[in-house]
Amino acid sequence: MPDQVLFAMEAAINGLMAGVLYALVALGFVLIFKSSGIFNYAQGVFALFAALTLVGIMEGQVPFQHLINAIFGTELHGFGWETPAILAVVLTVGVMVVLAIAVERLILRHLVNQPDIILFMATIGLAYFMEGFGDLMWGADIKKLDVGLPQGGSFWIEENTAWLGGDGFYGFFIDRLDIVATIAAAILVIGLTAFSQFTKQGRALRAVADDHQAALSVGISLRFIWVLVWSIAGIVALVAGIMWGSKSGVQFSLSLIALKALPVLMLGGFTSIPGAIVGGLIIGMGEKLFEFLIGAPFLGGATENWFAYVLALLFLVFRPQGLFGDKIIERV
Amino acid sequence: MDKEEGMAVKDSAESYVTDDGRTIGGVLMDIRSITLRFGGVTAINDISFDIREGEIRAIIGPNGAGKSSMLNVISGFYVPQEGEVWFRGALRPPMKPYQVARQGIARTFQNIALFEGMSVLDNVMTGRLNHMNSSMWSQALWLGRAEAEEHENRERVERVIDFLEIQHIRKTPVGRLPYGLKKRVELARALSAEPELLLLDEPMAGMNVEEKEDMSRFILEVNDEFGTTIALIEHDMGVVMDLSDRVVVMDYGRKIGDGTPHDVRNNQEVIDAYLGVSHD
Repeated sequence: MPDQVLFAMEAAINGLMAGVLYALVALGFVLIFKSSGIFNYAQGVFALFAALTLVGIMEGQVPFQHLINAIFGTELHGFGWETPAILAVVLTVGVMVVLAIAVERLILRHLVNQPDIILFMATIGLAYFMEGFGDLMWGADIKKLDVGLPQGGSFWIEENTAWLGGDGFYGFFIDRLDIVATIAAAILVIGLTAFSQFTKQGRALRAVADDHQAALSVGISLRFIWVLVWSIAGIVALVAGIMWGSKSGVQFSLSLIALKALPVLMLGGFTSIPGAIVGGLIIGMGEKLFEFLIGAPFLGGATENWFAYVLALLFLVFRPQGLFGDKIIERV
Repeated sequence: MDKEEGMAVKDSAESYVTDDGRTIGGVLMDIRSITLRFGGVTAINDISFDIREGEIRAIIGPNGAGKSSMLNVISGFYVPQEGEVWFRGALRPPMKPYQVARQGIARTFQNIALFEGMSVLDNVMTGRLNHMNSSMWSQALWLGRAEAEEHENRERVERVIDFLEIQHIRKTPVGRLPYGLKKRVELARALSAEPELLLLDEPMAGMNVEEKEDMSRFILEVNDEFGTTIALIEHDMGVVMDLSDRVVVMDYGRKIGDGTPHDVRNNQEVIDAYLGVSHD
């Protein structure tokens, strides 16, 4: 095979892998949107907060150390122990559940039956609050996250694909972390789909998204459903946070990856769990291929920054509900 | 209902059999001196009445009489400032609407509250949520107990769907249905919960004559076949008189009449309210 084709294939595969990471963030958005009609602007910050908390617990940092030190004049930094990764993950899940309960108590409970735009505004507020809160709790420096996931290129894949090309081709380079992320995403999607289609909580959750009043009248507790949904979204955010954090360090720009999830959602549809995955893959692969085939040779490069948004705009014009979103039904 | 159980309920007269052969039991729900205010407006002013097991009880009155508010008090959406609600012979503590629903009280809404994005079948299945006890995990993984339970629930749901003649639209998203059918789907959802007490808020509002006749027939059959106690609000005097066993008449938040359709029709105060005698 000619090298050009092989490079294009490698770009496509790496694009797919990057797409999985986009999809992981998009998944959190879909979950909350599907089940409460809220576009949770804070989802990206949730991923950041989850990753920060995970690192903080693993390294045994004292939460709010700067605040405590400033007030009491102490010199606290760490507890002096390190928490094993598995335990730290479990504890972080606990923190995310507590966060979900707090969100329900302090925000959602007071906004029952309010228009969606009010709830959206509330999540914007929440996003900025959480960013500041995460900073206060764990500090603003860039942290390294290593939960023991395999990293670096997979030699096995490189060795076994080297024969495809000539002397200048050493096989496909695929980061093992990306492969782990793909597996994690697959498990999440299967699990979440089963949950929302087959369990009574899943049905209740879809009911709550549709109509609060009607949901109450069939005996669904809004509070329970909200805590449940936000907890699950927190856990999905944790998975996304672990993957992104392991890849590029836990830093505050992590919350900006949330923006990449927007075009993914427009493509896949805001209400479809498989849509989030397919949308993520299309955007990931599309931007890499476009850059490789058209962007770099003809447009001077750096098309990756805007390709996704242009694609999303096209979708908004021709298919506003996305590939898998609910059909827009309007009776006149 | 046997005699002993009947005695336990407050004030309950003996059960009796109606002209068309249905048995009306003791008191199922007792509303005592309910007063509900919104700021300075008194929507319900010291109203008491009871609903007996197996009967069709209508609440009628002109616009703004407080009928819907009354229904919302019964179903827990409004909390009255004064008064008590007794259900199954026990005083009901203040409850959230979903807790009321779990007690076996289902309702429909005046302006239809369905899950528009979900299919008819899914909508009706939500009525069964409180009849599912297997764990989330076994449901997601479709394990033995969950499967048996799902079959059982589906059976009941299919029976309701059959009964209300909506088989042909079971897979249709509710948002796509015309108004009359939506009303029927809402009734189906309420019915699938196997409620002891079914509250219908203007089940015939906005319907044409034919649809009204259908709905009347369904209400009568529900009462007859499932033995469900029904409390309904209606505007249309004619419909109510044919349908109900007893009628409460409200006007400006007060109760102005209570009795059989015949009694009510001959009550001077009721006639005044409906013909519009001026209030001074």
